Parts: sequence; C-alpha cells; structure tokens
Amino acid sequence: MNNKPFIKRALVIGGGIAGIQAALDIADAGYEVILVERSPSIGGHMVQYAEVFPTLDCPQCIMTPKMVEIAQHPNIKLMTYAEVQKVNGSAGNFEVEILQKARKVDMKKCTGCGTCWQKCPEKVLSEFNAGMAKRTVVYIPFPQAVPAKPVIDIEHCRYIHYQRFMAGKQEGKKPPECRICEKLCPVDAIDWEQQDEIVHEKVGAIVVATGFDLMPISRISEYTEDPDVLNGIQFERLLSPSGPTAGVVIRPSDGKTPKEVVFISCCGSRDPEHGVPYCSRVCCMYLAKQALLYKHAVPDGQAYVFYIDTRSTGKGYEEFIQRAVGDGVLYLRGKVSRLFREGDKLLVYGADTLSGKRVEIAADLVVLGMAVIPSDGTKELLTKLNITADENGFITEKHAKFYPLETNVNGVFVAGMIQGAKDIPDSVAQGSGAAGRVLTFFAQNSITDKTMAAV
Amino acid sequence: MDLAYYPGCTLKTRAKNFETSALAVMLALGINLVELPRWNCCGTVYSLAEDDLVHHIAAVRNLIRVKEQGKNKVVTLCAFCYNTLKRANLVMKDSPDKRYAINNFMDEEPDYNGEVETVHLLQVLRDDVGWDKIAQQVKHSLADLKIAGYYGCTLLRPQPVAIDSVERPTILRDLINALGSKAVEFPYATECCGAYQVVNNRDIITERISAILNSAVKSGAEAMIVSCPLCEYNLRQVKSSTKQPQSGVRLMPTLYFTQLMALAFGLDPAVCGFEENSPETRAWLKSKRLIS
Repeated sequence: MNNKPFIKRALVIGGGIAGIQAALDIADAGYEVILVERSPSIGGHMVQYAEVFPTLDCPQCIMTPKMVEIAQHPNIKLMTYAEVQKVNGSAGNFEVEILQKARKVDMKKCTGCGTCWQKCPEKVLSEFNAGMAKRTVVYIPFPQAVPAKPVIDIEHCRYIHYQRFMAGKQEGKKPPECRICEKLCPVDAIDWEQQDEIVHEKVGAIVVATGFDLMPISRISEYTEDPDVLNGIQFERLLSPSGPTAGVVIRPSDGKTPKEVVFISCCGSRDPEHGVPYCSRVCCMYLAKQALLYKHAVPDGQAYVFYIDTRSTGKGYEEFIQRAVGDGVLYLRGKVSRLFREGDKLLVYGADTLSGKRVEIAADLVVLGMAVIPSDGTKELLTKLNITADENGFITEKHAKFYPLETNVNGVFVAGMIQGAKDIPDSVAQGSGAAGRVLTFFAQNSITDKTMAAV
Repeated sequence: MDLAYYPGCTLKTRAKNFETSALAVMLALGINLVELPRWNCCGTVYSLAEDDLVHHIAAVRNLIRVKEQGKNKVVTLCAFCYNTLKRANLVMKDSPDKRYAINNFMDEEPDYNGEVETVHLLQVLRDDVGWDKIAQQVKHSLADLKIAGYYGCTLLRPQPVAIDSVERPTILRDLINALGSKAVEFPYATECCGAYQVVNNRDIITERISAILNSAVKSGAEAMIVSCPLCEYNLRQVKSSTKQPQSGVRLMPTLYFTQLMALAFGLDPAVCGFEENSPETRAWLKSKRLIS
C-alpha cells in the first residue's frame, strides 16, 4: 500500500487509570510506549478518591503498584509535565512533537529527598486536594506521586517573580529573591536555566485517554458557591485518610463536624437547559458511597441524597445502593430547586416526589454530584489529532457498535472518560481494549488501511 | 422622549402612588410615559391551559391598541401586567395555530402578529436611561438607608420573559446602588409572595411573607422596594392571619422602587402618595425625616 516504515511503537496521551492500563498492556506485549501526562504526576483522578465503589478498596493502595510499574517498565518512556503539541503523518508512521515543560529541577540529580518542598515558603491551593488544602510552589502533587521528583510552579515561584521584576517584566513591589530550595538542595538539582523543550518522537499508534473534569459549580446559578458546598472530588479529599483532614469529616467554614449532609445528584447532568443532556454515570454510585462513608465517619449524622432515579447498573452496584439505604442514608426522589446560606446553615429547597411534599433541609454541608465534562484542553488536542468529538466534546468512535475503541483517524484509539462518562472498571477495560486494538494493528506485516472498511 | 405606557387596573385604584411617582421620576429623567388612550384589563393571570385561548384576548387587545398608536414597544409598571402581556405576545409571535385562532376570533380587530414588545420600567431604567444618568439625577442623599430589593415571581419567571438573570437578578440592587443607598441582598428576594392565594388561603401568605421578611431583616435590611402591587399588598398581610401567629415577624417598610427614586431625586413627596403606603412605611419615612 505504501513504503513508509511501520513504526511499532505507541503513544498514550493521558496518565489516568485508562492511559496507565493501555500503556502497561502494550508494553507488556513487548512494544515501546511513550506515556505523556500533562500534570507533574501520573494517577489522574482515581488517585484522589477516598475509597472506590462498590468494593470500598483504597485507590492509592491498588493504583500505586501500577504507577510504579509504569515508571520502572523497560518498555515505557514516561513524560510527565508534558503536552502533545503537534501530530503529523498517518497510521504506522506518526511524527509527534511533545512539549516538555521546564521542571526547573534536574531529574538526573534529584533524589526526591523532599527537603525543597518541605522548606519552600510560598503556598498555593493544591490541585490534588481540589483546593481543600495548600501545597508549596516546589512540589510533588501527592506523596505517592510518580515520578516522586518535584517541579517548580513558575507561575507562583518567588524567585521567578523576582527575576521577572528585575528584568522589568513585572509591576508592583519587589518580590523576595528567596531561592531557599536551591540553597537547601543537597545535590544541586535546582536548575533555573532549564527551559521548555520540544521532543520529537515517531510512533505507529496513539491512544487518547485525556479523561474528564467536573463542571464548575458556578454553572448552576440556583445553587450558591460557598465554602461548605463541595463537589464530589472535594468531598473525596475530606473523606480520604491521606486528605487534608486525615479523613476526619469537617465543615470547611468552621471546622465543626457536619451533622446534616445533603448530597445532590444530577447537578448539571441530564439538564439540557442549563447543563449537559447526558447522564454522568458515576454520580449515583459515588454519592451513595460518600453518604455511606460519611455515616461511618459520623454515625449520629444524617445523610440525605436527592436523586431523579438511581442508576446502578454495574455488577454489585444496586446491592451497594441498598447497603447505603440500609445503613440509614435517606433517599429523597426529587430535585433541589435552590440552595443558599442562611446564618450557619445551608438551606436546601427540594421536593420529595414520592410523598408529594416540599422538603426544606437546614444542612451543614452540601455535596454536589457535578456533571463530568471532557478535560480542559481536549478540544485543542483533538484538533491537532484531526479526530472528531460529539456536541458534548467527547470523542466520537469510528463506529459506536463495532469500532468503539477506534477514532475516525486510522491508528488513533480512545480509552476512558474522554470517550464518554464511565466508571473505573469500564475505564480499565477500555484501556486494555484500546491496547488490544493497538497490538492487533502492530501484529500486521504492513500498514493496513482499514479506514474505509464497511461496518 | 415619549414611550407608550400601559397602566393596568391596579395602578388606577390601589396603587395610584406607584403610577404618580413613576410618571414624575421618568419626567425628571426626560422620558414622558404616554398612557394609551384606550386600554383594558391585561387579563390578570396568564392562562396556562393549552386550549384556553380566550384568556389571552384581553392582553392581545391591549397590544393591538399599542400598534394602533404606531408604536412597537409598551412600558408597564405592574409586574403582573408585564408578565401577562409579554407572555400573550410570545403566543402570538411563536404559535402560528394559536395566532390564527385568536385573530379569527377577534374579527373586529386588525390581525396581530406579535409586533409589540412589552418592557418593564426597570428595563427602561437599565437599558435606555442607564445607571449613571440615574445616579447623576440624585439630589437628596439616602446613603444611610439599607434597602432590600424584592423581586417576587413575575419579573423573572418563566425564563423567556425574565427581565434579568432568573436565579441571581441584580437589577434592583443596581438601582438601589445608583440611588446612593446601600443595597441589601437576601436569599428570599425571588421567592413567591403567595400571590392570589391571599383570596382563599391567607395562611400560605403568612408563611411565605414571614419567611421573606425574616430573611430580609436577618440580612440587615430596614426597608424593601418592590415592583408589584400584589406583592406590596401581601407584604402587609402577616398580622391578619390567626391560624399561624408568626412570633418575631414584624412588617417591613415597603416602597415602590419609583417612590425611592422620587425621594432620591428630591421631588415633591406629594408625587409619592405615601398615604397609600402601610402605616409602618410612613412611620419609618418620618423617622428618617423623609416625610413630615
């Protein structure tokens, strides 16, 4: 068909659980994989969770072995703090430009001893803790980060600001020169001269696994933004033993134990007027799990879940919901029309459509099951890859039934949330599935163009 | 500038003070509200029954009267009239079958196709006059007044006729700020006052009004401005219910937004007709030395 070399080497974009699974499967089959992750560590959202439904196992415990395997696998080249910038070529022969952002830390010298991030004086909100805690400016996102070597967040670093000020590129008061990390580093790994770098790679297949974000609470104008109104990931961090409160459930505004907690399903999901038309698929289950974990943490507290209908179609899922109900979580079938602060309580106006009554709850804490949406920046990446998305921004498969892991571009595959809302087991299965499709492709003797194949 | 003005029944009876104050402040802003030479009741409540077209006819007739004046825009003061006229117009604009039936029924009138835009006076103030010009007109500082803007339902619901954000409106806050007073926001500002339930179920009114007033007081408001004569009426009704005595609820001084404007503009208080307001309102105005 053509005489281009067939490069049997894969690129996986996104280091969440789907991308990790895809990368490991391809690498275990003997092919080289480049795993590109935008943030400083792989792990994605899964590693943020307290416990995962329906088995209530600890995601850090079951995930870190996979993350470490990524870092140590002889066939995997891991690039964190990196982004795909340009893609040319076609199946079997893609040329990829990857932007390796400057970490300002020499990865060869750094031993990950932790002195710098323990002593850095500047603190900003932690992305890993979903803004529920602070991190230093030279940081690893969380203790189990892979790689366990820090980056310097140049947007907030005192010395970088100082340099910009001295070069006349920044207004205002002169920032302190700082450089504490540099002074304290025992192996001189801080490298202020390090610059962004473009890395060129050639690969034969690409797996896109860029995941999701949560819709911002501000999109729901009838609900208030408040320190005690949390999204699902923020409440995961409060429940997590490795979280900012070591798993003690508190009300962020005053640190008191919340006794009345309201969980609201379908915040933005299934709401074409104000949010998105689709079901986010994970909220029913994680809200049941969070309500249950809350009851375990605060046995005399009351948890309420407002729902339209509970969607619990996975294995063991309905049983899990019933367990939450049995443990005293009160399910109210209805939507919440308004949520606002009155004194030290959050007033929740809702309906219980089974009893036909209006419900008003004076809550201490409210958790919103916000809709999942394609991760920020996905649209731009899809343009670079020439692959298409649906009206909600999720990648369209080559064929919804028979080519669910292929995209419209031959040699580019999809896995995880970015194909559509799904839970962890489905994301892992899809990661393995996409890896399987890559391996089937690599098993050919020549680059076969199946783009026009009838389905 | 002249603007076609539809008063509606209440402004000629119970809420004359709303009309006289509105005409005066608009004149001060260089706008002449010209009352339609002929008009009838707006229909009072927009009928939600799909096949109940006859209840839209009163509203549509009024819109035809506007068109006859060569105008394509009409201003209302009463929030209920605004809602009824605006929604009836949407039917005439967007539903060809209903438009055909209504036009056929009114064979003595010219055909109407939804050409007249109904606006509320607050929209004129925000969009045509502008807050800056209103601020310039302020002659009498009311800087120490803490005023809550109460919207009620009909300016904001349903969404296609909302004059502002349905969930987080700011138009009354912006007006209060332009007048130099301190705008107090409170969570019940868009809650329903109970509306016509006052006719047969005063307890609902008491429950709603108590919640609204308590919330406004807790937020630090000393008085309230409104745009709806029915809200204004209901906001006085707490005491008259016997079944649910609401301990701790006290009536709040309540003015039409145009009355507050007249005070800030330094107009003769006579245009405000404060004798029509509640005794609490008059007592408060006296305590603030705004009337004698």
